[in-house]
Amino acid sequence: MSLSIIESCVNCWACLPVCPSNAIYEASPHFLIDAAKCTECEGDHATPQCASICPIEGAILDHLGEALNPPGSLTGIPPEKMDEAMAEIQAR
Amino acid sequence: MDLMVLGQNAEEEEQAGGGCSAGSCGSTDDQVDLLPEHIREKVHNHPCYSEKAHHYFARMHVAVAPACNIQCHYCNRKYDCANESRPGVVSELLTPEQAVKKTMAVAANIPQMTVLGIAGPGDPLANPERTFHTFHTFRELSEKAPDIKLCVSTNGLALPAAVDELAKHNIDHVTITINCVDPEVGAKIYPWIFWNNRRIRGKKAAKILIDQQQKGLEMLVERGILVKVNSVLIPGVNDEHLQEVSRIVKSKGAFLHNVMPLISEAEHGTFYGIMGQRGPTPEELTTLQDACSGDMNMMRHCRQCRADAVGLLGEDRGDEFTMDKIEMMDIDYAEAMVKRAKVHEAIAKTLAADEAAANSDIQVAVDSRPVLMAVATSGSGVINQHFGHAREFLVYEASPAGVRFISHRKADQYCIGDDTCGEKESALTTTIRSLQGCEVVLCSKIGFEPWDELEKAGIQPNGEHAMEAIEEAVAAVYQEMAEAGKLDSTAVAAAA
Ligand code: SF4
Ligand code: SF4
Ligand code: SF4
Repeated sequence: MSLSIIESCVNCWACLPVCPSNAIYEASPHFLIDAAKCTECEGDHATPQCASICPIEGAILDHLGEALNPPGSLTGIPPEKMDEAMAEIQAR
Repeated sequence: MDLMVLGQNAEEEEQAGGGCSAGSCGSTDDQVDLLPEHIREKVHNHPCYSEKAHHYFARMHVAVAPACNIQCHYCNRKYDCANESRPGVVSELLTPEQAVKKTMAVAANIPQMTVLGIAGPGDPLANPERTFHTFHTFRELSEKAPDIKLCVSTNGLALPAAVDELAKHNIDHVTITINCVDPEVGAKIYPWIFWNNRRIRGKKAAKILIDQQQKGLEMLVERGILVKVNSVLIPGVNDEHLQEVSRIVKSKGAFLHNVMPLISEAEHGTFYGIMGQRGPTPEELTTLQDACSGDMNMMRHCRQCRADAVGLLGEDRGDEFTMDKIEMMDIDYAEAMVKRAKVHEAIAKTLAADEAAANSDIQVAVDSRPVLMAVATSGSGVINQHFGHAREFLVYEASPAGVRFISHRKADQYCIGDDTCGEKESALTTTIRSLQGCEVVLCSKIGFEPWDELEKAGIQPNGEHAMEAIEEAVAAVYQEMAEAGKLDSTAVAAAA
């Protein structure tokens, strides 16, 4: 089992040094996870480290292709609350 | 050498009637007592601390530390962060060896370069590996190029753990970005942090970050390392709160507080940019800086420069020093150091001379109203730029107390050459808008058309002081205005 990085990755480097398995490598056009090395952090950490530091929603997927950081999970604003949040911020 | 850069000494205070006429200090007359002699000595040729010095000395940044451990709503990791001096991931990332080489190449070619900053692209202390790169660069440089000051900028989360290592190196100062001391406020700025192998969100995250920042600040001060605090002013989020931040960081021993306006253009793709969070107006910024300055040395000339920028504040010569060009350079640093020392000495003389001249007294009625003037300059402390070539203007305030530097305003360059002036109409309009509140523009030259437009907008263009020292020229124009009866309290209308 392995996680994967997809094209929305911005190559920010955050995930690479925190991977306990050295599974992440710099590649073009974006960083990649070596499926043979990735352990999903099992045994090392409670949560996959790459997905816990990645700043981009949707850039890292689990083995089923589901985003570990779905829309709204990092901004803290669920999609249905977006308009409301925007109005509040614009009123500042 | 007895250079007064951040504050004014008692003697000058007397001459200037208590206000700040040197233009070098951010604010009123509270500065000197706050800055002990050894700190003033240490910062006199640092362009980022001293309004005066930044006309002459240059700084550079190198990108050796990608990866960040938190998220700020004003940052998009992909691009250069306009708020913090931080390069984006698209900047040329250097190994420590390359960074050392680049720094020395720049130092040899731009002798005015006195400061190297490490600021990212992420957080230089984010994790052990990055920290190692950062320190490796510092270690090499303090051996090979002892005449360069080293500084590091951090969000503070991993700072306490890095303090002891920092203290081992010849670090000139550490900049911590502290936008709040209240988790309630912090939660609106930082959506999450990465801490002890987990992502932590909301107020809990903000509390940890704040605690770490404060602890890091205290630890650095204990070890005698200078700490500068940067804050991003975010209207409706931390605007009122920043006065408290200023008070607290000062009481803990930070020597300088730099409040910067939020930059949140939608095209930068930051959370704030996309959500339509506005930045402060120049007036809001100045008001807050004034409010904080009662407590602390405020820094007002920060250009929020690109973090891998090279050159005087406000200019970027980075293109001359890409890695492939540097590989071709052959640098004899011992020789370069001799040349650098000479250049630094010459600048010190100029600064001292300026200092003596800058206090040319202003003789106006004590109740004359203050006037804001914009100045086009490309450095060296003189009015030496064509209005149409200015990408930014320095704004000075003249008052019966003297002349002081207030801020810089970015302008669109409406004329770069004869055939590239297509967009000049709109760019000129934006430039004029950016000068709002100023009554005079001092430049070396100006075209007829902008002259007319400026006059229509109530701003008097003035090219009569080309190549003169800024403060003197501003004082002279203020004097003329007084003599023409334009400074009576009844004539305020034009400024408002
Ligand atoms: S899940 Fe863990 S092991 Fe797999 S790539 Fe991410 S950090 Fe490395
Ligand atoms: S942390 Fe996310 S965005 Fe950054 S390099 Fe890794 S996958 Fe890409
Ligand atoms: S700490 Fe710096 S690099 Fe990290 S998110 Fe904030 S601004 Fe960006």
